[in-house]
Amino acid sequence: MFILIKKHLLLMLIFLFCSANSYAKINVFACEPEWASLVQILAGDRVKAFSATTALQDPHHIQARPSLIAKARRADLLICTGAELETGWLPLLLRKSANRKILPGQTGHFMASDHVLLLEKPKQLDRSQGDVHADGNPHIHLDPHRIMRIAEALSRTLSRVDADNQADYQNNWISFKESWSRAIAKWEQLCQSLRGKQIVVNHNSWVYLEDWLKLKRLATLEPKPGIAPGSTHLAQVLVQLKDSQADMILYASYQNDKAVRWLEQKTHIPVVELPFSVSTNETLFEWYDRIINQLLDSQ
Amino acid sequence: MRKKFLVAATIAAVSHINPVWADSDIEALRKQVEALKNDYEQRINALEERLRQSEAKTQLAQQKVEQIADKVATSKTSASQQQNTFNPAISLTLDGRYADFDNDPDAYELPGFMLGNEAGLGEEGFSIGHTELAISANVDNKFYGKATLAIHEHEGETETELEEAYIQTLGLGYGVALKAGRFFSAIGYLNEQHEHAWDFADAPLIYRGLFGDQLRDDGLQVSYVAPTDTFMQIGTELLRGDRFPGGGDHDGVGAWTVFANIGGDIGIEHSWQLGLNHWRENDVDDRTSGAHSHDGGPAETPSFSGDSKINSLDLVYKWAPNGNPTSRNLKLQFEYFDRREDGMITMLNSGPPEEVSTYDGQQDGWYTQAVYQFKPHWRTGIRYDRLSSNNKGSDEDVLAEAGLDDEGHTPERYSAMLEWLPSEYSRIRLQFNRDDSYENSDNQVFLQYTHSLGSHGAHQF
Repeated sequence: MFILIKKHLLLMLIFLFCSANSYAKINVFACEPEWASLVQILAGDRVKAFSATTALQDPHHIQARPSLIAKARRADLLICTGAELETGWLPLLLRKSANRKILPGQTGHFMASDHVLLLEKPKQLDRSQGDVHADGNPHIHLDPHRIMRIAEALSRTLSRVDADNQADYQNNWISFKESWSRAIAKWEQLCQSLRGKQIVVNHNSWVYLEDWLKLKRLATLEPKPGIAPGSTHLAQVLVQLKDSQADMILYASYQNDKAVRWLEQKTHIPVVELPFSVSTNETLFEWYDRIINQLLDSQ
Repeated sequence: MRKKFLVAATIAAVSHINPVWADSDIEALRKQVEALKNDYEQRINALEERLRQSEAKTQLAQQKVEQIADKVATSKTSASQQQNTFNPAISLTLDGRYADFDNDPDAYELPGFMLGNEAGLGEEGFSIGHTELAISANVDNKFYGKATLAIHEHEGETETELEEAYIQTLGLGYGVALKAGRFFSAIGYLNEQHEHAWDFADAPLIYRGLFGDQLRDDGLQVSYVAPTDTFMQIGTELLRGDRFPGGGDHDGVGAWTVFANIGGDIGIEHSWQLGLNHWRENDVDDRTSGAHSHDGGPAETPSFSGDSKINSLDLVYKWAPNGNPTSRNLKLQFEYFDRREDGMITMLNSGPPEEVSTYDGQQDGWYTQAVYQFKPHWRTGIRYDRLSSNNKGSDEDVLAEAGLDDEGHTPERYSAMLEWLPSEYSRIRLQFNRDDSYENSDNQVFLQYTHSLGSHGAHQF
């Protein structure tokens, strides 16, 4: 009798374990919300995506908090920007979480910047130039064409991490490619009027957006990347703006807006506070829509 | 275009030259002109088509050129990257200070605690602190390695010390990591951090009293992170046990520790970590501390032999608006340590007869601190330290000579600091201490810089 019960229990356990396994979701640890959103589009219900940062946090400067170590410990796939954006916390997180699957060189280690060409690769590496990234500017998520390339690569990675559902990932990629191309065409149509607009930025975060929409950067409020704007530099910017009037001032919502507001008061140039990444309950598509609407509204 | 114009001009000219021509002639001419026009239009169309085609071809070629340029650029990037990654990350920390004390720093003591290792106030006036040269890299896909050289002045001489030298596994997986070599013990919150990552210019009194600022040893560390949503880590260290606060010459595991940490986030803005730790050495042999002499006689050095164990608890809480610490953030920190010792105290070079006493030591202490970054590049903080001891032995006089009598005094200290951080690589700090470590209150002022060159690794939570 007992043996029978034991057998049944064992069978049930095995069944539970197996079924749990076949429905187990791929745990994705995304360093930034845009990658969490992208993987959600490309993999749907097959993944459980977690973003280490929110749109209101500076991805350069967060800490390897205990909660992040715990999340990284359980991840099957790590998706980050790379290009030294997360250099202040990711290496430590990887060492602390001791999770082989997401280490560099493994299938589960995906760096978006490995798959696209980076702009503004510095010719000279010197800390007196501020917080420079040796590989180039890492804020690649603001160019939809680069997103497309990254999505293609990510879709291939998903197929390798979870080979059983390869067909699904392939299909998702094809439909993403279609809808994203349509969206790009729509955005580019809408943004024709923005071509050649002159902008002032807080931090050099908008290089790819400028390149895509053909915006012209007149000045940067930070004297050097990562160095807060001081009064001397701001005065110079003000003089510069007297000669050539800018159309708008851009800054990311996680950044300090003190310098931006000061300049707005002095020059009456409209300020646009853009969300630097996807918010909760928002898709990549909706986020791009939001940015573009904000830019158009500011005209 | 030009051709079309020509045709039109011809038609115009032809139709105006001789208005007296017969209708049939005109008709014939018209037809001819019409034919001419058609012919030209066809040619123009053909030309336009060819132009379109060649334009498309040029575009295609241009795209290809761009793609190739892309490839060349990326291959260049990766080549230079590779060369860089083969070089380990090198970082040099420069640390210097100006210190001012009311009391003579050589008269410093902590009643109830035998001071050893680096315990003390340091130099008065200008001095350089720890200059640290750290080299680290992933050795291969399995190991990470790091070595830190500390260069500092000690009694007029420059000393170089191998502060850390360890390897750590990367790819064991399942949350297990091994560390081997010389490293800072994982017990306590502050202990594992380098001095330059501390929020104050000096160690908490309890760290000074128990470890001589920091506990590090040679050995092996095993740690495990559980696959849970709440961070849970347990670990153990098997150590040689020869270094302060241990002592002797061990050929096996002289000392060992166990530690456990749990932590997590509350919402987006708050995070916390709690740690419990235990350190034990059952065979401390001849742990000496600061010598002193009577009336110019030979220096007598107190020495402890016996069992020693430490229990501790640490708690850290951090807050940042929206979880974005760049402009404002707050950090609260509390640590408590308790040490029990059982053995003998001997005053070396004393007597004859040599002065000895049994020793039953109870020492504990805690500190708590709050550090607030109120705007970018500016931080301020306060700290409070408090120690107590209840040490007993067969000969109270010997214990008193060894500095183990609390002299009816409770050591405590109030500290406040203000920091300016021009960038994440540099820091200027002004600190004030009201130090009641011993019966004569001391006012201490430090003006300190800590700058780091080269690659700068991430700091722990």
